[in-house]
Amino acid sequence: MSDDLVLHLEQLKVETIKGAVLVDNVDVTLRRGEILGLIGESGAGKSTIGLASMAYARAGCRITGGNIIINGTELRASTAAQRRNFRGKSIAYIAQSAAASFNPAMTLMEQVCEAPVTHGVMPRAEAQAYAVRLFRTLQLPNPETFGDRYPHQVSGGQLQRAMAAMAMSCRPDVIVLDEPTTALDVTTQIEVLALLRDLIREFGTAGLYITHDLAVVAQIAHRIMVLRHGKMVEVGAAKQVLEEPATPYATALVNERRESEHIALPEPPKNVHPVLVIKDVDAGYGDVPVVKGINLSIARGETFAIVGESGSGKSSMARVVVGLLPRWTGDVRLDGESLSPALPQRPRDRLRRVQMVHQMPDVALNPRQTLAEIIGRPVGFYFNRPRSAIKQRVVELLQLVGLPPDFVSRRPGQLSGGQKQRVCIARALAAEPDLIICDEPTSALDPLVAEEVLKILRRLQDELGVAYMFITHDLGTVRRIAHRTAVMLKGEIIAQGPTADIFSPPFHPYTERLIASVPEMDTQWLDGVLERRTLQ
Amino acid sequence: MPRLIATRAALGVLTLLAVSAVIFICTQILPGDVASAVLGQQATPESLQVFRQELGLDKPAYIRYFSWLFGVLHGDFGIALTNQRNIIEELWPRFLNTLFLASYAAVLAVPLGVGLGILSALREGKFSDRFSNIVTLIAISVPEFFVGYILIILFAIDFPWFPSLATVFEGMGVGERLYVATLPALTLVLVVTAHMLRMTRSSVLSIMSTPYVEMAFLKGLTRSRVIGRHALPNAAGPIISVVALDLAYLVVGVVVVENVFVYPGVGQYMVDAVSKRDVPVVQACGLVFAAVFVGLNTIADILSIIVNPRLRHPR
Repeated sequence: MSDDLVLHLEQLKVETIKGAVLVDNVDVTLRRGEILGLIGESGAGKSTIGLASMAYARAGCRITGGNIIINGTELRASTAAQRRNFRGKSIAYIAQSAAASFNPAMTLMEQVCEAPVTHGVMPRAEAQAYAVRLFRTLQLPNPETFGDRYPHQVSGGQLQRAMAAMAMSCRPDVIVLDEPTTALDVTTQIEVLALLRDLIREFGTAGLYITHDLAVVAQIAHRIMVLRHGKMVEVGAAKQVLEEPATPYATALVNERRESEHIALPEPPKNVHPVLVIKDVDAGYGDVPVVKGINLSIARGETFAIVGESGSGKSSMARVVVGLLPRWTGDVRLDGESLSPALPQRPRDRLRRVQMVHQMPDVALNPRQTLAEIIGRPVGFYFNRPRSAIKQRVVELLQLVGLPPDFVSRRPGQLSGGQKQRVCIARALAAEPDLIICDEPTSALDPLVAEEVLKILRRLQDELGVAYMFITHDLGTVRRIAHRTAVMLKGEIIAQGPTADIFSPPFHPYTERLIASVPEMDTQWLDGVLERRTLQ
Repeated sequence: MPRLIATRAALGVLTLLAVSAVIFICTQILPGDVASAVLGQQATPESLQVFRQELGLDKPAYIRYFSWLFGVLHGDFGIALTNQRNIIEELWPRFLNTLFLASYAAVLAVPLGVGLGILSALREGKFSDRFSNIVTLIAISVPEFFVGYILIILFAIDFPWFPSLATVFEGMGVGERLYVATLPALTLVLVVTAHMLRMTRSSVLSIMSTPYVEMAFLKGLTRSRVIGRHALPNAAGPIISVVALDLAYLVVGVVVVENVFVYPGVGQYMVDAVSKRDVPVVQACGLVFAAVFVGLNTIADILSIIVNPRLRHPR
């Protein structure tokens, strides 16, 4: 074993207390300064491996086999105090959600300096000076005073960078990055990604980079390991895995990503009769406007995408249309008839004709109800059918979204994420709506599963002629599904038109920035973007 | 933040006003009449009429309410109907007695409940945690007068260490008062500690499962530091509300316990007044209890605002 091997996981096995295997005989080697990308769908055991490399297992899980060797010390055989001495000092962790991972009651500086001071790496004053240096390297605003702030006082992108500073505060040998950019907007994502990469290079740290996004990992990893169901599928140099994957599963993952990069845009429907017309709508919370001067129309059988970063007012638009957020001014017309601003004033039949599919299928379904109850409820509520007819209809709807009829007696807990989202779609269809508002319906799903859900949505549109208002921040999804697209920025629509026009020159400058920020699987892509930016 | 605190305080005053109206209305719709209760079955309708006029019972209810409220705001709770004594003079020493008993219980119960709650959360799922879960559930489920009688049987009769009657009187030394009030205080402690322990445990546990606590462990901090620095400051808000609710309960909940131990507090005074249909006394006691309850909860609300970092350090 050579000296520069900083992290070595041998035959790692992690199980739940009930005996389900989460990680099965995985070997990981990491040399000084090297970055290994861990790729896989959710449930593939990526995060579990990341935590296990710190000899840590979440509640309900146990590390049951293998060795965890950091700098030549085996951690599983060590005492709890010895393991604690490695955590934070030799191996540090960057979590997905910075907002949740910072203690709201402590300043950022206190939290960044906590590890070096308690581990005795450096005295408080030195730790603070080092933290300021890290803040500056990470291009945080006012690095001298940035640490005096509390977590809720800085933006999401800044907080994510502050977490990187916290992880680097002891100059660790290994850093575990668990989806560090997934919660960020595309434009923020590349900044954080580039800074993380520079930071790791500058300090010669080794990294374990966990993500489900192949394009992101292509920018940062030297080697890539593909995982599925807790087992290693394939491992190799980044370029080789991305360009010539050896196993069918890795090939499917790579192809899914390639398809989204080169896709034929759907033809807009010939029928231009508008089902929804939004005219000069302003709305907001309290006296703060969040959407301003919105004008758009959606035709029957059309998919109209609304793209933008978080906070751009996309979801507020959806809330205005369904009446959860009463509009201040303007008009929303469904099939030519004006809708009341607020939901309670709308008659039942108008409610029926606009349905929603939410981002998080996990929380959009009542876990205590069976699918028969969940899907049958709108059938009974809107159409007042007898019990046997409702049952029949539920089975039809399940088949429509590609689920077997015997699922009627299941509960959401027994379904996978993609199946749950299909149930949400079936529930929306149960009302036989003219328009379904899809609020980021695929962003909580794994890429291959998301692809399936998009296919179902397209097929249902062909069969039933329903229109979609499709809200997303993912431009790849837009290109695959939308006939027309509107780009939102700070509550206003800055560009709208056929998707093909929006995504071809001449661009609106913001649209161009959005498009340029979507990572591509080319390993040189990030360098190219950064170079172009500095030239400008 | 000062505005938020002012709003809370104003809401507290408003609640108290509303409660005073409710108390007044409730005592009005109670069946029975003071005049006939005082004068007895043999009273003639004429003498009843004269007596009612004397007491002002013939005036419309809202006028009586406002004159009562006006008096209360000036520290005058009126005259007890049954013995013609000034209520505030009767009530005040009893209120001090009640406060004494409640404080005695609180001094024991708050550290015990919060401390054991934190300990129980740290040892989640272990034997001591499960044991305390069962014991506290029993303590909460059994009515306090029953707990009181059990304590009397055990510690006043089987092992005669404490007196079963908690009689205190003016000029009694503090040490002796404490000794005499031990059994009623213990009764209250048992009930309140159980509640506080369970609520503290669950609020600490919910904080312990947050990502920032996991992060603290991944930074290699010791368990005691994670709990002391990361979990407890964030659990303070919910714990304060529970403690305030229980303190209020200590003052209000003594009604039954004081009667079991014949302790001369507000609770006993109130029960006595109810049985004699002495409406002004009942109103006064009710208002005192309500004021303590609303006051403590308002203080808890304000403290929760103060310890919330988001409100303390706005953007």
